[in-house]
Amino acid sequence: MNIGVKNRVLLTLLLLLMAAGTGLAFVTHAPNRLMSGQGIPLPGLLSGINALLLLPVILLLVLVFITPSKGSYLASLMLAEVLFTALVALAGHQAEVLTGGDEDSLARISFGGGFWATTALCLLIASDAISRFTANHSWRVVLNVQLALPVIFLLASGALSQLSLLKEYDNRADVFDAALWQHLGILVGTLVPSLAIGLPLGIFCSRSPRWRPPILSVLNIIQTLPSIALFGLLLAPLAGLARAIPWLGAHGISGIGAAPAIIALVLYSLLPLVRSVIAGMHSVAPAVIESATGMGLNRAQVFLKVQFPIALPVILSGVRIVAVQTVGMAMVAALIGAGGLGAIMFQGLLSSALDLVLLGVIPVVLMAAIVDGIFKFLVSMLETARR
Amino acid sequence: MITFSGVSKHFAGKAVVQDIDLHIARGEFTVLIGTSGSGKSTTLKMINRLIEHDRGQITFADEPIEKFRAQDLRRRMGYAIQSIGLFPHWTVEENIATVPQLLKWPKARIRDRVTELMTLLHLDPQQFRQRYPHQLSGGQQQRVGVARALASDPEVLLMDEPFGALDPVTRATLQHEIARIHQMSGRTIVLVTHDIDEALALADRIVLLGEGKIVQQGTPLDMLTRPATPFVRDFFGRSDMGIKLLSLAQVGDRTRRGEEAAGEPIAASMTLREALSVFVARHTERLPVIDESGQSLGVLHFSDLIAEQEGE
Repeated sequence: MNIGVKNRVLLTLLLLLMAAGTGLAFVTHAPNRLMSGQGIPLPGLLSGINALLLLPVILLLVLVFITPSKGSYLASLMLAEVLFTALVALAGHQAEVLTGGDEDSLARISFGGGFWATTALCLLIASDAISRFTANHSWRVVLNVQLALPVIFLLASGALSQLSLLKEYDNRADVFDAALWQHLGILVGTLVPSLAIGLPLGIFCSRSPRWRPPILSVLNIIQTLPSIALFGLLLAPLAGLARAIPWLGAHGISGIGAAPAIIALVLYSLLPLVRSVIAGMHSVAPAVIESATGMGLNRAQVFLKVQFPIALPVILSGVRIVAVQTVGMAMVAALIGAGGLGAIMFQGLLSSALDLVLLGVIPVVLMAAIVDGIFKFLVSMLETARR
Repeated sequence: MITFSGVSKHFAGKAVVQDIDLHIARGEFTVLIGTSGSGKSTTLKMINRLIEHDRGQITFADEPIEKFRAQDLRRRMGYAIQSIGLFPHWTVEENIATVPQLLKWPKARIRDRVTELMTLLHLDPQQFRQRYPHQLSGGQQQRVGVARALASDPEVLLMDEPFGALDPVTRATLQHEIARIHQMSGRTIVLVTHDIDEALALADRIVLLGEGKIVQQGTPLDMLTRPATPFVRDFFGRSDMGIKLLSLAQVGDRTRRGEEAAGEPIAASMTLREALSVFVARHTERLPVIDESGQSLGVLHFSDLIAEQEGE
């Protein structure tokens, strides 16, 4: 057996990981919120029991030289996950050491560049191993989702509670929870009307070649408007509408707030949604529709039993894009008073509090990833059912 | 069973089918044949109202077809098409059960019917019941298509170039099978094709269409021996007409009973055309014949291939 590099991807990721671990600050330590922090690199922390952290790295290095198999991918997945968990736990532990476990300590321990880079690389190694380990989409989604379990466990156990991010959360738990729910509210409040409009509109477009081009060009124009501009455009008419019909004003419709945000987000979601419905409906072979009709299904049955189920995976992919897009764009909606996690982010930006920005951004990134995962899972379930 | 009187159909002002008179008797195997654009598919689709005719009258079971609800009419007629049109999101079983489901048959009856049809079309129910269409070969898919068309035991079976996309071997097997199903069930079948050999092999009656009109209709033998116009003669082939005639009769019809001959026997159900091929390949003038049960039947003489032709 000749010795050689068998897994170049793993090797590259590991080299980057080691470079990031040694070269960048793992956590930063600031005496209080206002002072800028001082970086603490990872190697200085690896004394005593913490040195065990090197073990998964060494084992992963060994795997680079082993001919890849299902077993070796499973091993890389588990090692990467252990390393990931250990890094997160180490950061939490270090925060506890530096603050002396004092709840009221003013010291702020934040994640440094080294932490973000090494944990991200761990997740990349794990993801790469997952996609090589199995070709089944549902399994891939499940395995990727379980990567979050150790972090959730550490959070719940309080091991991370001395980190500044968590302290910011503690200080503002009420605001954060409200913002999270608002954000989810904007997501659902956008998805429901856009499905209610987009599905029929898409079906109509797929059946009417005459109306398809004008409708799509209108939606295209909406899509090209910058979101801030669209909020601005909606401001005047909605404010006017609320003044003209006081009943609407009393029910929360006004130039600023959630109403213009949701209207704008719905408008943005229509193009991808209508496109995917058209693509889905056109993915049904004409022969299938002809034979369904020829066997005596009426129009409604042809649509409900044949066309729509066949088009569903494609349509769901469109809904997935729309949902992820909405989660992201809802951040900007905070600017016109719609609330949501964007409000926390902008507050952080305005007061130069990086931890507060992260407190707004990280949940949004996670939410987008989770929404994406849920829809991918649904689509893959539908597709595997037909295999 | 089905009659057309003075039926026409125009698309965008242009006649695709013009003034057609046609009578399809119960239990008859009718083949509509013609070049592309001759209106044969349109004619077929007017029967189950996938295309509505705009002049004349079409009747089914002595009633004008407009009297039926289109869905009811279609559920009484099986329908199979060239590209098969199986539902990709349903299993073989669900596909075959389409019409029985629509007719709300009890579950157990549907199950039995699916098993019966799959057996009839030589698809192992155990193996294929839960498969999806894309897991089957083209020939197996078309078998499912035919089974689906037969599912509710329809009075009429309409087939639009059902075997057009299959390879020659699979096509021949399925042609044999559809002929067998026709013999067993005595069902009325209307089939559209542009394949002359398929028409000659299957049809009780051939209807030749050209430019939306019926050029000639009759038995396969009529079409070959008494062509009404030069077009018909050209269509059915001037040069190999004799060979085509041979394909209309079976070995059993010409066998001299009780005689014996050496060599590998041929089946009585083989067409004379196939027998001719065996004669030439084996350089012989006598072939032993066996019947379906494998019993020796007699001998086919090479000279008999031509001898009785005149009498028919």
